[in-house]
Amino acid sequence: MIRNYDKLIFELSKEGRMGYSLPKNEFEGYCMCCGIPAHLKRETTPELPQVTEFDVVRHYTNLSNKNFGVDTGFYPLGSCTMKYNPRINEEMAAHPAFTQLHPDAPTECAQGALEVYYNLAASLSELSGLSAFTLNPYAGAHGELTGLMIMRKYHMLRGDHKRTKVIVPDSAHGTNPASAAVCGLQIVEVKSTAKGTVDVEALKPLLDDTVAGIMMTNPNTLGIFETEIPEIAKLVHECGGLLYYDGANLNAVLGKCRPGDMGFDIMHINLHKTFSTPHGGGGPGDGPVGVRAGLEHLLPNPQVKKNEQGIFYLTTDEESAGCVSGFLGNFAVIVRAYTYILTLGRENVKMVGPLAVLNANYVKESLKNEYYLPIEGVCKHEFVFDGLADKSTGVTTLDIAKRLLDYGYHAPTIYFPLLFHQSIMIEPTETESKETLDEFIAVMKKVAQEAAETPDVVKAAPYNTPVRRLDETTAARFPKTTYKQMKG
Amino acid sequence: MKYFPHTQEDIDSMLKVAGVKSLDDLFSEIPEQLIFKREFALPEAMSEVEIRNFFDTLGKKNCKLTCFAGAGVEDHYAPSIITPLIQRGEFLTAYTPYQPEISQGTLQYIFEYQSMICELTGMDVTNASMYDGTTATAEAMMMCVAAAKKRRKVLISSTINPKVKKVVETYAFYNGVTVETIEERDGVTNLDNLRDKLQGDDVAGVIVAQPNFYGIIEDYTGVAEMCHEKKALMVMNANPSALAVLRTPAEWGADIACGDGQTLGIPMNYGGPYVGYLACTNSLVRKLPGRIVGSTTDVDGKRAYVLTLQAREQHIRREKANSNICSNQSLMALYVTIYTSLMGHKGLKEVNKLSYAGAHYLAEQLVATGKCSMAFDKPFLNEFAVKTNVCPKKIQAALLEKGILGGVRIADDMLLFCVTEQRTKAQIELLIDTVKNL
Repeated sequence: MIRNYDKLIFELSKEGRMGYSLPKNEFEGYCMCCGIPAHLKRETTPELPQVTEFDVVRHYTNLSNKNFGVDTGFYPLGSCTMKYNPRINEEMAAHPAFTQLHPDAPTECAQGALEVYYNLAASLSELSGLSAFTLNPYAGAHGELTGLMIMRKYHMLRGDHKRTKVIVPDSAHGTNPASAAVCGLQIVEVKSTAKGTVDVEALKPLLDDTVAGIMMTNPNTLGIFETEIPEIAKLVHECGGLLYYDGANLNAVLGKCRPGDMGFDIMHINLHKTFSTPHGGGGPGDGPVGVRAGLEHLLPNPQVKKNEQGIFYLTTDEESAGCVSGFLGNFAVIVRAYTYILTLGRENVKMVGPLAVLNANYVKESLKNEYYLPIEGVCKHEFVFDGLADKSTGVTTLDIAKRLLDYGYHAPTIYFPLLFHQSIMIEPTETESKETLDEFIAVMKKVAQEAAETPDVVKAAPYNTPVRRLDETTAARFPKTTYKQMKG
Repeated sequence: MKYFPHTQEDIDSMLKVAGVKSLDDLFSEIPEQLIFKREFALPEAMSEVEIRNFFDTLGKKNCKLTCFAGAGVEDHYAPSIITPLIQRGEFLTAYTPYQPEISQGTLQYIFEYQSMICELTGMDVTNASMYDGTTATAEAMMMCVAAAKKRRKVLISSTINPKVKKVVETYAFYNGVTVETIEERDGVTNLDNLRDKLQGDDVAGVIVAQPNFYGIIEDYTGVAEMCHEKKALMVMNANPSALAVLRTPAEWGADIACGDGQTLGIPMNYGGPYVGYLACTNSLVRKLPGRIVGSTTDVDGKRAYVLTLQAREQHIRREKANSNICSNQSLMALYVTIYTSLMGHKGLKEVNKLSYAGAHYLAEQLVATGKCSMAFDKPFLNEFAVKTNVCPKKIQAALLEKGILGGVRIADDMLLFCVTEQRTKAQIELLIDTVKNL
C-alpha cells in the first residue's frame, strides 16, 4: 500500500492516453459533426482525465486503501446497523438476467424481476406485521418522506385538511423533522422522560384535531424500548392521527416483535441496515415503506401486484400518494436484501434481534465504569454514553472518537442524540463476535485511561490514519469543490 | 448460521455480564402481547447452492432482449474494470464519510465526481450526488422555490420525460407548489407559451429537458434571458453523456442542471440503482441540498477532502430544511467517476458518434419500410420517435418474438427508439427486416 498517495485522477492525465475500447463504426455517412447544427453543440471541451485502464486500477485501488469499511474492521456506528454485508448478495444482484433488464421491458419479459420485488415486499410484511409494502423509495430518508406523503394523503382523502402537525420526540433522528418539513408538515416536539422514553403525559395535551400523526423509532435512538407504545397508539388513533415507525432501529426487534403489532400504521425499513445490503459509502440503499390494512391503495405508483394465475403486473392507483421514483426503486438492492432473507430463513431471522441486543448489552455493561451511562437498564441494539465518567480531563467525545481511529476502529456515532452533550452511541450488530467486542472493550478502557493520564495525547489524535485532523474551517470559508477551483 | 459468530458458551458468558439469565430476558420489558410467538411464514434457510439455483430459475423468467428502448435508461457499454473496483470492500462496505481521517477514499472520489459533473455540465458547483434523475429534478424544483422565497409556481415543459414530471408534481403537491405545463409544438417546448406563462411575475423556476423525451436536441436560444427577465430560474434536465457533445446547461444560461447519470455506463438493473446529479451556479450553492465535498489540508499540511458547507444540510436545519436527503448515491457516483475517467472526453464523444450513426441509420431504414415516418423533423442524437401506420403494439410484439425490445410506446401511434454504441449493424438489420415483413 502506498501510504502517501495523494494524486487526483486528473493529475495522471496525459494527452493521447485512453482507457476504453469501442467498436468500429459500421454506419458510414452518418456524421454527427454535420448533422447537428453548430449552435446546439458545446463550445468547450470538458477537461476529463485521459488515462489508461491500468492507471485507473491503481488509482482507485490506492484510494480504497484510505477507506475503512465493515470489511476492514469493527464499525460500531450507532443507528446505522453496520453489519456484515454478505457477498452472495452481490453475486445474485450481478446476475445478467437482472442487470441487463430495461425497466420499460414489458412485464411478461420481467416476471422473474417482479417476483423478486413481490416476494421481498411480502417477506417484509410478514416480518413487520404490516399489510403491504412498496420498495420504490431509494433510501431511508426517501422512505420517510414517502410515508409522510401517505399520511397526508390519507387525511386529505377524508377531507380532513387541517391535520398538518406531526409530533416528533426530542430524541428523534434529525431526518424526521426535515422529512416532515419537506412534506409540508409542521413539527411539534414531545419531550422525553428521565428514563429516555416519550412522556405520555406531555404527549396528551398535544393531541388534537390538527395532528396528522406521530413519528417514532422503537426502540428509540437511546436504544430504549418505548414500553408505553400500546397506550401511545391508542391515544394517537383516538385523536384521529396515524403512527409512523422510523425503521432505522428495526434490527433490535427483528424476529422478536413487529411494528404492526405495536399499533403503527406506516413504516419504512432501511434495507442497507437491517437487511445487510452494503452502505456503499453513503448509498445506494433502499427505503421500503409498509402500511397497515386499509392504506394499501395509498402506496406510491407504480405498484406490483399478482393475479390469480400467479402473473405479476404493474398498476397505478388514482388515490396513491404519488410517484417518488423513476421506476421500482433500487432494484439491485432489492435483490440483495431478498438473498439475505432467503439465506437466514425463518429459523435464523428470529435470532437477529436477540443477538444484536446481547452484543449491545455486553459492551454497555463492560464499559459503564469508564464511560458515563446516563440511563441504566437493559438496552436494545444500541446504547448511549454521555462522554467519559471522569469529566475532569477535558477530553471530549470527539477526542475519544479520533483516538479510536488510531486503534483501528471506526468511531461510534457521536454528538447524537442531542439529549446529551457528549453522546457516544454504540451499535455493535449481531455479526460481531465476542472476541471482537472484547478487543474493542479493552481499547475503549485504554482510551479512558489515556484520557486520565495523558489527555493531550488523546486530544491531538489521530496519528496513524492516512490524514490527521482536518482544517474544516478553511474548507467552508473558501470552498473548493472541484479540481478546477483547486487549481485556481 | 454462518453470519452469527456466537457459540452457546459465548452466549452464556455474555448473558452473565449483561446481568440477565436468557436471551428472552433481554426483552422482558416489552409488553407480553407484543412478543411475536408463531413461526414466520418465510422459507427455510437456503444454502448458497440453493440460492444460486433459485435465482437462476428466477432469472430465466426474464427475457434476454436486444435493447432498443431508451426513455431515460440506455444500454451503454461499460468497461469491465468498473465493477471489480467499486466492489472493493473498502468502498462497498463503508458508510457515509463521518470520520474523514479514515474516509479519504470516499471523499476523494466524490471530489473527482463533482469535478467531472461540473466539467460536463459547465456549472460551477454540484453536490455529492442524488438518488436518481427524477428526484434530482424534484429537488431542483424545491431549490427554485426556496430561492424565490415567495413564489410558489414552477413551469415544466411538456417535452420532459413524463416519469420525471410525475415525481416533480408529487414533491410539489405536498409543498403547496403549483406545477404548470408548458405546451409543446412540433415536439419541442413552445416558447411563445412559455413567454405567456411567465407574464404573471409569479414563476420561481422553469424546467426543460435536453435532449427532450422525444430525443430531440432542443434550441433553447433566448430561454435563459426570458426566465431571468422575469426573475425565474432556469433548470435544465440533461443527459450527462450527451453533454460531451451538446451545448451545456451553463452555455444555455441555466441556473441549475440536473439529470440521471445512468447513461454514463450504469447497467439498466431494471430501474436502479442509478445516480442523480444536481449542479448549479455559485450564487445558488447555499440552496443546494445534500452533501458537498471540499478540499482542505490536515494539521500536517497534507492534502485532504472533507464534507463542507454543512450548515445547509437537513440534520442542522431540521424543521427549516428544504430537502431531507441525508447521504448520496455514493457507490454509483464512484461508478460514473471511474467510467468517465476511462472514457475521457474522446471516449464520450466516440460513444455519441457511434450512437448517432446507428440511430440515424435505423431511422432512415425504418422510414424506408413504409411502416413508419419520423414523428418530428428535428435534430436528434441517439433517440427518435416515429409515427407508425400499423399498431405500435403489433410492431413491439413482432420484435419481441425476435428477442428485440423494440422501442417504448409513447402514444397510440408512436414508438421511441434508442440506439447505443452497443447495437451492431446485424441487430439493427434484424429489427428493420422484422418491421418490413409485418
